[in-house]
Amino acid sequence: MKKKWDIKLEVLGGLLALLWLVPFYLMFVNSFKSKKEIFMDTISLPEAWSFDNYITAFEELDFMRTLFNSLLITIISVVLIIFFSAMAAYALSRAKSRLSTVLFFTFVAAMLIPFQSVMIPLVTVFGQFEMLNRGGLIFMYLGFGASLSIFLYHGALNNIPRSLDEAATIDGANRWQVFWHIIFPVLKPITVTVAILNIIWIWNDYLLPSLVINTPGSETIPLKMFFFFGEYTKQWHLALAGLTLAIVPVIIFYFFAQREIIKGVSDGAVK
Amino acid sequence: MRTKDLSYWLFLAPVLLALTLVVIVPMLLGVYYSFTTWNGINTGEFVGFQNYINLFKDERFLDSLWFTTKFSIVSVILINIIGLSLALLVTGRVRSSKLLRTTFFMPNLIGGLILGFIWQFIFIKVFASIGEIIGMESLQGWLSTTDTGFWGLVILMSWQMAGYIMVIYIAYLEGMPKELLEVSEIDGASTFQRFRYIIFPLVAPAFTVSMFLTLSNSFKLYDQNLSLTGGGPYNSTEMVAMEIFKTAFTQNDFAYAQAKAVIFFVIVAIIALVQVYLNKRKEVEM
Repeated sequence: MKKKWDIKLEVLGGLLALLWLVPFYLMFVNSFKSKKEIFMDTISLPEAWSFDNYITAFEELDFMRTLFNSLLITIISVVLIIFFSAMAAYALSRAKSRLSTVLFFTFVAAMLIPFQSVMIPLVTVFGQFEMLNRGGLIFMYLGFGASLSIFLYHGALNNIPRSLDEAATIDGANRWQVFWHIIFPVLKPITVTVAILNIIWIWNDYLLPSLVINTPGSETIPLKMFFFFGEYTKQWHLALAGLTLAIVPVIIFYFFAQREIIKGVSDGAVK
Repeated sequence: MRTKDLSYWLFLAPVLLALTLVVIVPMLLGVYYSFTTWNGINTGEFVGFQNYINLFKDERFLDSLWFTTKFSIVSVILINIIGLSLALLVTGRVRSSKLLRTTFFMPNLIGGLILGFIWQFIFIKVFASIGEIIGMESLQGWLSTTDTGFWGLVILMSWQMAGYIMVIYIAYLEGMPKELLEVSEIDGASTFQRFRYIIFPLVAPAFTVSMFLTLSNSFKLYDQNLSLTGGGPYNSTEMVAMEIFKTAFTQNDFAYAQAKAVIFFVIVAIIALVQVYLNKRKEVEM
């Protein structure tokens, strides 16, 4: 039976989609207005499409450097999480024993702990060892991100027959070679899911970096977003331009990987 | 590979070290500190349950707990209704299905902090402009009262998370046997009947997943709370996560904040364990 086209549903969907996009539209349109214009009216189009706000925001946010910091921290953290979690999950899934079960359970149980419950001791302990810097932050992301990633890899590994490992071992490959050349490539679909979930989380994370690396020059994009919100004055015209700048990299990423992103998020939640 | 092999431990070492130092040690230390007068530097003295006793007399903490609970209940209901509706819409007879999914899901890729700022602009500035044009007083001064702050947070969260929940419902809806729906349609079942007797029972497992996901996300909310209302006016829209943060880093009351953090953990863990229990029970039934 072929699906009939339901025009009413189509129109309803279109209207709802517009409603979903209105916040972004309002941010975008008003980011071109002067301070005075925003004060007068936030609904109509700007009198002139001036890039002044963008130029100021770009400079004040030190945008290229901030973007670089975000990219650096996200990429290194996600690569380490993928790599070490896959290795750990491989060991746990291949050496079946009570110890492996206990360790796996520990990783899963750690997912129950909300960040706020460990935040205060974490920061004081790492502070005592002078580890409140980018290196420390990346290490913390490994600690917080490993659980879900190991859980996902473990599920996938249980579906890969051990005969694959054994065949390679007979051919003379060692543990490391088996993992790296045989198993890891087969795990690619789940690696994409793990990568996407961790990228979205780390890229947007605010609280942890605000406690760990809030020093001039090393801020990530979320940390810079408070720049135009003073205690008494809000510079909306600059803030909106800054917010738009912050969203652009995400939109580009979404444009190129939307299928993988939606699939990854769905797999990550349902499993 | 066996557990006594060196390779087993080498493969596990990096994540074990990270999990231990980042999660397990701080958690255990935190529980210990919550029974002391710890100030971040010195452990201080052991005070037993004193911090916990104070906490149940602390109106600001109890208010934030109540606000968080109210917010979570309303959000869970709204997000799931909207999310399921969107899922039914985009899996229905529409041609723009993919474009719609992409649009509804988009807010989830952007950080809560940024979304909160965008909505702060809408509630404060745009609402005021619209109110002026159509002459509606109630659109002025949003986020400056507890109620408008509450609904502001609910609107923001529903707008953001409905698309996420939609994706989960879609996964279940698309896994549904199509023949069943077609046969029921041929047999003359109405749209309502098909929803009630076929779709609903089949997506029931999605409800458990989605409900708990929204519940725990709403309960732990911090970024959106910070950028949309900042807890104001007069801390009346402050949620638990923010209250813990302020107790620790604004009032520098570390041990007391940690006691709140332990209670927070217990509540979040109970929510999660109830979900695990319900899922297990379902599996047995099937």
